[in-house]
Amino acid sequence: MTLFKARNIQKRFGARVVLENISLSVEEGTVHGIMGPNGAGKTTCFHVLTGFYPPDDGRITFEGHDITGRKPHQIARLGISRSFQIMNLFDDTVVIENVILALPDFRALSFNVTRNVFDDITLVDRALEVLDRVGLADRAWQKAASLSYGNRRALEIAVALAADPRIVFLDEPTSGLGAEATLRLMELIRNLREAYTIVIIEHDMRFLFELADTISVIHWGQVIAEDTPAALRANKWVARSALGDVA
Amino acid sequence: MISLSDIPARGGSPFTRSMGLFVLLLLTAPFWLEPIGLYQYLGMEIAIWILFALGFNLLFGYAGLHSFGHGAYLGIGAYAFGLFQQNVTLNLWGGLLAAIAAATLAGAIVGAFVSHRRGIYFALMTIAFGQVFWFAAIKLHSVTGGEDGLLGIPRPNLVVGPLKLDISDNRTLYWFVTIVLLVAVLALWRLVNAPFGRVLQAIRQNETRARFVGYNVWLIKWLTFVVSAGFAGLAGGLFAMAQESAYPDVMSLHQSGLIVMMVLVGGGLVSFWGPVFGVLLYFIARDIIGGLTETWLLWFGLMFVIMVMVRPEGLAGLFHVLRTCLPPGPRKAVGPAAHPGRA
Repeated sequence: MTLFKARNIQKRFGARVVLENISLSVEEGTVHGIMGPNGAGKTTCFHVLTGFYPPDDGRITFEGHDITGRKPHQIARLGISRSFQIMNLFDDTVVIENVILALPDFRALSFNVTRNVFDDITLVDRALEVLDRVGLADRAWQKAASLSYGNRRALEIAVALAADPRIVFLDEPTSGLGAEATLRLMELIRNLREAYTIVIIEHDMRFLFELADTISVIHWGQVIAEDTPAALRANKWVARSALGDVA
Repeated sequence: MISLSDIPARGGSPFTRSMGLFVLLLLTAPFWLEPIGLYQYLGMEIAIWILFALGFNLLFGYAGLHSFGHGAYLGIGAYAFGLFQQNVTLNLWGGLLAAIAAATLAGAIVGAFVSHRRGIYFALMTIAFGQVFWFAAIKLHSVTGGEDGLLGIPRPNLVVGPLKLDISDNRTLYWFVTIVLLVAVLALWRLVNAPFGRVLQAIRQNETRARFVGYNVWLIKWLTFVVSAGFAGLAGGLFAMAQESAYPDVMSLHQSGLIVMMVLVGGGLVSFWGPVFGVLLYFIARDIIGGLTETWLLWFGLMFVIMVMVRPEGLAGLFHVLRTCLPPGPRKAVGPAAHPGRA
């Protein structure tokens, strides 16, 4: 079943057209990779799909409902979660609070003033479960700012997972990581595919080709190819581009 | 640097040592103010400013929204109280409600314009709106009395059920202000220790992230602005009663800057009690250094500069550092220790 669909998305900034014509469809339970050279519009594409920018043209549907132009918080509440390439965490506070803040059950209490923050032990337990998933449970009470770069990447994913999403958008989760940390993060994402529909931008092509069910290649603001990794390897356009080397 | 969000699992019970000390000081002040050479009115002035500062810090410290025009809502509260007494009816509760309502309404309108901004744009817009209100207060002569303001605002009797109490002298009015302040402090304490307070802090730390985990950031910022303006309005109503007048100076840019300075020097960015320290420090400086030299503002300003350079977390931050330098005493468990078996 098609869970998430974007049709003919266009995004301009002034006279500059960043996304010319983007169409994607993500099947439920699959990993959908997005690749393309630097400046191809991958991150802008994510920003438009998750409501950071409204598209200038085109339609985005999730579970058959039109979500084009909705605000980020409305999109997030539907079960569409994302991580950021440039990390976005609550740095002044502890690791577990980053996750608790993202739990829908906590969000439901956000206008509540009669109870204390950590009254509800089930929220703490639920957050610890999520942290356990990304291997951060033993660092739950450390300050988020004190985590290593790799662990911050993992926390970024934990925050996305805490929202109990139907679909997770990961924007270059291994960017800036060393070889060992990349391996650990790959392992983590490999485990996540059992439970979530994932859309992932990744510059590590080997990783993407191994993990993704479908890959969209974005170049000049357009999807120039969309296929399975095996078929893409045989695609002459992809083979001719710089991307062909790793593929 | 330490921050307001440092203590993740504060129990939320208001019965802490700091609260005890605060209440004790408030309740005993009328008995020692005069013997140490000060005067009753000072206690009332400080209590009103503490109310203003704590409400302001909800916006400034907790939500990280740097309003530089908050004096406007203090002034609006003061005018509303005065106008209510002079034009509607002589009633204490009615006047205070009018003060809160007027400031809340003004806050709601201004908040709607500024809540999609933060940082320098937010600050500039709050200044601009503050100046609009200040200018209106000067020019709307028929309503506000122009530069003279409203004079001779009465202090109405306190009526609670069958009880009727004359609060026209400074000492009894102090008791009334103190009770209002205590109720307000408890309300604010509740607010910042509830999930709402944590969400505010999340927005301060990272608005984008808060938005993408599903919070309606605009609405929460707007609401905080409105609540904060409401507290300023209440403080303004009490101020009009204390001064028995309301005048444009109350809402001047100077006043708006003063509250920012108090909250910063006191350490509102790192502690709930920071604004209280800031207010105390300012009034002590004004009355004690001011008693020695006319140039007391110069010395206070210098102190502000040194504070910002050496310890930007303010007095509360300084106390925090001093406390952590001392050998640790028995402390209440926070974090994993407060949730045994869950770390």
